[in-house]
Amino acid sequence: MARWTPERVRGDGKGFEHVEHLTVNPWASLAYLVAGVCFILALRGLSSPATSQRGNRMGIIGMTIAVVTTLITHVPTIQTLAVGTTDSGFDYVAMLSRIDALTFVEILAAIGIGAVIGVTTARRIAMTDMPQLVAAFHSLVGLAAVLVACAAYLNPGAFGIAQMLVSDTGVPLAYIFPVSRIEMGLGVAIGAITFSGSVIAFLKLNGNMGGKPIMLPGRHVINLGVLAAILGLIAYFTQDQSPWIFWTITVLSFVIGFLLIIPIGGADMPVVVSMLNSYSGWAAAAMGFTLHNTAMIITGALVGSSGAILSYIMCKAMNRSFISVIAGGFGGDSAGGAAAAATDRPWKRGSAEDAAFLLGQAEQVIIVPGYGMAVSQAQHVLREMGDKLKEHGVRVKYAIHPVAGRMPGHMNVLLAEANVPYDDVFELEDINSEFAQTDVAFVIGANDVTNPAAKTDKSSPIYGMPVLDVEKAKTVLFIKRSMGGVGYAGVDNDVFYMDNTMMLLGDAKKMVEEIVKAIE
Amino acid sequence: MDFISILSIFVMACFVGYYVVWSVTPALHTPLMAVTNAISSVIIVGALIAAAAAGIGGGGATSKWLGLLAVVLASVNIFGGFAVTARMLAMYKKKAPAAAKH
Repeated sequence: MARWTPERVRGDGKGFEHVEHLTVNPWASLAYLVAGVCFILALRGLSSPATSQRGNRMGIIGMTIAVVTTLITHVPTIQTLAVGTTDSGFDYVAMLSRIDALTFVEILAAIGIGAVIGVTTARRIAMTDMPQLVAAFHSLVGLAAVLVACAAYLNPGAFGIAQMLVSDTGVPLAYIFPVSRIEMGLGVAIGAITFSGSVIAFLKLNGNMGGKPIMLPGRHVINLGVLAAILGLIAYFTQDQSPWIFWTITVLSFVIGFLLIIPIGGADMPVVVSMLNSYSGWAAAAMGFTLHNTAMIITGALVGSSGAILSYIMCKAMNRSFISVIAGGFGGDSAGGAAAAATDRPWKRGSAEDAAFLLGQAEQVIIVPGYGMAVSQAQHVLREMGDKLKEHGVRVKYAIHPVAGRMPGHMNVLLAEANVPYDDVFELEDINSEFAQTDVAFVIGANDVTNPAAKTDKSSPIYGMPVLDVEKAKTVLFIKRSMGGVGYAGVDNDVFYMDNTMMLLGDAKKMVEEIVKAIE
Repeated sequence: MDFISILSIFVMACFVGYYVVWSVTPALHTPLMAVTNAISSVIIVGALIAAAAAGIGGGGATSKWLGLLAVVLASVNIFGGFAVTARMLAMYKKKAPAAAKH
C-alpha cells in the first residue's frame, strides 16, 4: 500500500498511480452500451404515436439490461480474514469471500418497494395531474443522484474512484482522484438542485403553494453568490477532499434549487418542468462520469438534451429568453390595472343555448383548449361535444398552443385521454391560417395564447409571443370563469370585447355539458 | 477508460440526443418527459453498486444504506415512469393508425 502524508494528499497527488475502475469486465461494458442504445431507440420511437409504444418497450429492455448487469457484476460479498495453521504446520492468513445473501435480499426488496409505489402511483394518477407527477419524479431522480454521490464520497473504494493509502502512523485513507472529485461535486450539486427545485415546482403545480412568484429582495445577488460559492467549492474540492467541503456543496445546492424556483410564476412552469427534466439528465451524466458507466453517460446526455430542447421550445413559444424565465417574477401581480379596465368596456354574454346554436350552424369549428380545461377536467365532455357536432356535419379541429397547460404536450395528452383522434389535433403553425375560414373558434380555458395584443401592442408584456389567431374566425366563443380575472401574464385580452365574441361565463366543464345538452 | 474516451461518448450522445429529440412529435412531449424521467433513473446502477459494496471503515455501512434508499427512489421512478408512459401512449394508440403528422 502506498504511503500518504497530508502534504502529498493536499497537493496534486503525484506518485499515486491510477487504479483501474472496478467495472473492467468487457462484457459488462458492452451490456451497458447496449442499454444506452436501447434508450436512444426509446426516444426515437416517440417520433410518431404509431411507433411510440415500441419505443417505451425498448426503454424497459434497456433498463432491465442495465440493472441485471449491475446485479451480476456487483454481487454483495462478505470478506473475512481466516487465520490458522495447516496440517503441515504452516501459519496462514487468507481472505475469504462469500456472497452476502442478506444484502442481496435487501436490494431486491428495495427494488420491490419502489416498484409497488411506482406502479400504484402511475395507475392511479389522473391525467390532469401529470405535470405534478413529472415534477415529483424529477425530484426522486435528483435525490437518488445526491444519495449515490454521498455514498461514493463515503465509500470511494467501492466505486473504484480512489486509491487506498496508509500513513506512516498506520492511518488508512481513501485518496479520491481529483477528476472524480469534480464529477462527484457536479453530480451532488446538480442532483440537489434538481431535488429541491422539483419539490418547489411540485408544490406550485399541485396547488400546495401559490402560483404567484415569491420575490426576495436582492435575489439575483444572493443566487449568483450561492452559485459562485458552489463552483468555487467544487474547484477547491479537487485540492482538498475534506468532508466539510463536500457537505457544504450539498447543502448550498439544495438551497439554490429552492431559491431558483420560488420566484418563477405558474405560467412559466412548462419551462421550469422541462429545465428540471434536463437537470435530472445532467445529474445522471455526472454520476456516469464518476462510475465510468456508458449507459449512464448516454442516458444523461439524452435526457439533458431533451429537457434543454423542450425548454427552448417553450421559451420560443412565449417569446421569452431563458434568462428572463429563470430570473422569474413573471405572472400574477400586475393584474390590478388590467382588471379595472376590463369592467369599463362593453362585452357580450351568451348562454349555452346560444353557443349550441352557433356551433350547430357552423361548417368548421376550431377548439382552443388551455389550462382551464385541465383544471375543470372538461376534456371528456369536450370530446362528446365534438362528436355531437360531427354528427351534425360540422368539421371539428383542435388547435394546441405549445405552452397551453403546465407542461409540454399537456393538452395533447388530455385530448388523447378523452379519445380525441390525434388527426384532429393541430399544432399552432399548422392551423393558424385556418381561423380566417372558420365559423366558430371555441376557446376553453385558454387566454394569453389567443391575445392579439401579442401581435400589435409593443408595450404588452407578451408582445412577440406567437398566438392563435382566434379573432379572425367569424365568431369567437370564449369560456371563462368570470370577467374579473385575466390570464397569467396579467394582460387584458381584446378578444373579449370584439363584436363577434360571445363570452360564456362559468365553469368550463358545466358550460360544455350544458352546450352538449342544448345541441340535441 | 480514460477521461477523454468518456467525454467523447458524452459529447456524441449529446448530438444524438439533439437530433432524436427534435424528431419527437410535439403531441408526444408529455410522454417524452415521462420516459426520459424513467430512463434517467439509470442512476440506479450507482445505487446498486453502493448498496452491494462491503466498504472499508465506517463509511461502508452508511453508504450501503444510502445506496439502498437510492435504489428505492430510482425504482419508484423506473416502474412509475415506464408505467405512466405506457398508460399515456395506449391512449394515443386507440385511434386509427393514420400517418403521423409533424
